[in-house]
Amino acid sequence: MAGSTLEIKDLHVEIEGQEILKGVNLTIKGGEFHAIMGPNGTGKSTLASAIMGHPKYEVTSGSILLDGEDVLEMEVDERAKAGLFLAMQYPSEITGVTTSDFLRSSINAHREKGDEIPLMKFIKEMDSAMDYLEIDKNMAQRYLNAGFSGGEKKRNEILQLMMLKPEIGILDEIDSGLDIDALKVVAKGINKLRNENFGCLIITHYQRLLDYITPDFVHVMMQGRVVKSGGAELVERLEAEGYDWIKQELGIEEETVGNNA
Amino acid sequence: MSIEAKQPYEKEYVEKFSAEHNEPEWMTGFRKQALESASTLEMPKPDKTNISKWNFTKFNLEAETQGLDSLKDLPDDIKVFVDTEKDDKNLVILRNQINAYETLSTELVDKGVIFTDMFTALKQYPELVQKYYMKDAVSFDEHRLTAMHAALMNGGVFVYVPKNVVVEEPLQAIFWQENPEFALFNHVIVVAEENSSLTYVENYISFNKDEETVANLVTEVIAHDNASISFGSVDNFAHGTTVYMNRRGIAYRDAKIEWALGQMNDGNTVSENVTHLIGDNSFSYAKAVSVGRGDQSQNFTAKIINYGKQSNGLILQHGVMKDSASAIFNGIGKIEHGGTKANAEQESRVLMLSKDARGDANPILLIDEDDVTAGHAASVGRVDPVQLYYLMSRGISQQEAERLIIHGFLAPVVNAIPIAAVKEQLTEVIERKVY
Repeated sequence: MAGSTLEIKDLHVEIEGQEILKGVNLTIKGGEFHAIMGPNGTGKSTLASAIMGHPKYEVTSGSILLDGEDVLEMEVDERAKAGLFLAMQYPSEITGVTTSDFLRSSINAHREKGDEIPLMKFIKEMDSAMDYLEIDKNMAQRYLNAGFSGGEKKRNEILQLMMLKPEIGILDEIDSGLDIDALKVVAKGINKLRNENFGCLIITHYQRLLDYITPDFVHVMMQGRVVKSGGAELVERLEAEGYDWIKQELGIEEETVGNNA
Repeated sequence: MSIEAKQPYEKEYVEKFSAEHNEPEWMTGFRKQALESASTLEMPKPDKTNISKWNFTKFNLEAETQGLDSLKDLPDDIKVFVDTEKDDKNLVILRNQINAYETLSTELVDKGVIFTDMFTALKQYPELVQKYYMKDAVSFDEHRLTAMHAALMNGGVFVYVPKNVVVEEPLQAIFWQENPEFALFNHVIVVAEENSSLTYVENYISFNKDEETVANLVTEVIAHDNASISFGSVDNFAHGTTVYMNRRGIAYRDAKIEWALGQMNDGNTVSENVTHLIGDNSFSYAKAVSVGRGDQSQNFTAKIINYGKQSNGLILQHGVMKDSASAIFNGIGKIEHGGTKANAEQESRVLMLSKDARGDANPILLIDEDDVTAGHAASVGRVDPVQLYYLMSRGISQQEAERLIIHGFLAPVVNAIPIAAVKEQLTEVIERKVY
């Protein structure tokens, strides 16, 4: 078997006492590209944050396993070192820390002490990834995400993804706020990683990103659960008909989490 | 606390000390006048910090001190502040207030630049020193500590850059309190004449963890019309030294004073940094960072007063507090009547690393003119858990993530320090104090 396997089983997650995820089941294997779609407020981003260990989200039951290891027992940095990566919807701004220093610290965190990446090798890799993503080289010396435009932040997330080369990448609305040119560049970066060892979970509520990245599996989330799964053809149907047919099929009146209590 | 006849610093002491240094008459008279005032003046009352129990009286005025044959003889802890690789240094080192090492490039000497210890300056340029010594920036009779300073001043440096002279290389002064109980009454004067510019960096350092003493320090920085002064410092007194630090600036028309102060003392500290923007279109950016640890109590005031039209005063104070340390950060912008189109901005932020630490950020705007702009921001809080999460989500450990965030928080001053060796040292001092 190639690559790693991320298994999410009957996952329930709360934020500030309100249950958002109500039993999510999903398995992502190395080489597979999964897309999670669904209207706003259905729990998609909560799933991404819960997998990575965001401090505000509390897992109340269920499990997340990476190659059989209990992810929920790991600290956030341990999850990253185990091979998970989340490209965030709202990356933090950290003044005083340059993008380049942050990237180097991140890469070195994945390596043994005494085996840090040589500076020249790092610069070469960073430069080539920045070129690929059409990022202005000045960004390396700017403070991390501070004053970045929405598009710059998203490209920076993909830059990190390309340089850290995780086993499983999760992209949380990486397409939001991007114009079509930026969207194509971001998609190009993600497609470059496509190989049998890399599994990817793409969260979006627009179909347009999936015009450039073809998913192997498509899941629709509503009311904090995966309510429908299929192949790439599901994207086309959603694009043509929207979500109403799913709601009718399943007898759902209000798809968001909050109104379903 | 009082200045009594039985104290070692009585009138006879001051007269003798002044005579030993062959001081000009005006200086001896000035000291005696100040000593007299010291007995009647009140102690300063820094806002929200009670200093009545701090040690301002226990100290020694005598210390056996040797010179310094070579920079190689400096202890490693001080050597690191000096860029020993560089030949063309402009450096003065005072060891227990004795001028132990002094060098100024011939180019600067030829241009008329003065950079020497205060006693030498008093001998060689008595009138020039008299023109600025506790005249316009700091008065001897502001309170008891300024008066004691004036009476007991026991060293310092005098920096003078003539008209139209641009000094590219930084001037560096190191004040080393080597004797653990020796008191520093250090006086620094920096004068930039019209159209001149300079960069000055100073380091205060001591190692007296338990032995108690006092550092009572006055710095006067004068930027004449269109002059530019960049002033950097790393204050690094050990726990035993109680510090009163008074740094004042005066900026005339089109002049610029930029402060980058690394306030890293380990003992109780009152530090005020006040800049008077006298001239039209004058500018000051006062940046200061500090780290409080252990049981120390500190009070930092950064104040800029705009008199000139279109004058621009910016204040940035960032403090990190740990253990049971406490600190007050006062950022005060004052625009006087007539300062039309002036701008005053302050940012005071405190990062708390432990539950027992205390930090107060008090931004204050006082405005006596209508046609001005002003703004302030203040915050006191812990390391942002979402920032930590973001950094950790890339594999960075919690400790390293906190380290990055703290260094980032203190970077505005660290990056503004113009001497690479001092910048590195400030980074290391921060590292040592935070962890």
